[in-house]
Amino acid sequence: MACFLVPAGEAIVTTIVTKVIESREKAALAEMPESSDTMEPAHKPLIAPKLKWLNNMLWGGSALLMFEHIWHGEVVPWFPFLTAAADPADTAEMLSEMSTVGVTMALAVTGVWAVMAVVSSVIGKRRSPADEAEEEGAV
Amino acid sequence: MTLLITVFAAIVCTIVWYVRAPKSNMRLGTLCLMYWGASVMWFVDAVFEYIELKDAFFTPAAEDMLNDAFLGLSVVALGLVIWLVIVLIKDPKGVVKAALTKKAE
Repeated sequence: MACFLVPAGEAIVTTIVTKVIESREKAALAEMPESSDTMEPAHKPLIAPKLKWLNNMLWGGSALLMFEHIWHGEVVPWFPFLTAAADPADTAEMLSEMSTVGVTMALAVTGVWAVMAVVSSVIGKRRSPADEAEEEGAV
Repeated sequence: MTLLITVFAAIVCTIVWYVRAPKSNMRLGTLCLMYWGASVMWFVDAVFEYIELKDAFFTPAAEDMLNDAFLGLSVVALGLVIWLVIVLIKDPKGVVKAALTKKAE
């Protein structure tokens, strides 16, 4: 009925959070010295690029699901835009669906993103085959 | 059917992205994530539908399947259109900018 509104709402929040974090990370990178003598990593891994993955999944998924709702006549181009919002009984059913299916959708997408972010961090720390070959060549 | 078509679109898109990475700047990753996001959402929808319909979920009417197939293909087309608009606006290769500048000259 309108389950896509929950992930779309989450997308709005995560987009704002991404913009804030991105500007902070850019400012932090600009303040850092260009070269460092220490062997420590120059900076922490950036979070904003990974948050953009979540934004793309949430916005893209919500847009495609909204199209499905238009296809089924549940979203219309006139007020109140949701056919279920015209009738109180349908509205109650719609809200119930949003709180179950919609919330689960948002949690599932966020869960998949969290797994992706963790796996990418692990892969990022792992040495690439090219690095290993270079190291063996040096020895 | 819609879920299945979207999942296949996501898989094909991811394979193309992997084959062309890291040289490609066509923002294929955005298209992949869009399809994967929709696939996850439709998967959740399918799970709730299965809980409600039980075995009947796996034996849909032919008319419903055809409608869902059309919807799935339309969703894939819409995803491609959204991606195309993003690529043309971001213009990673500078093609649009070059074409517009050339016309202005």
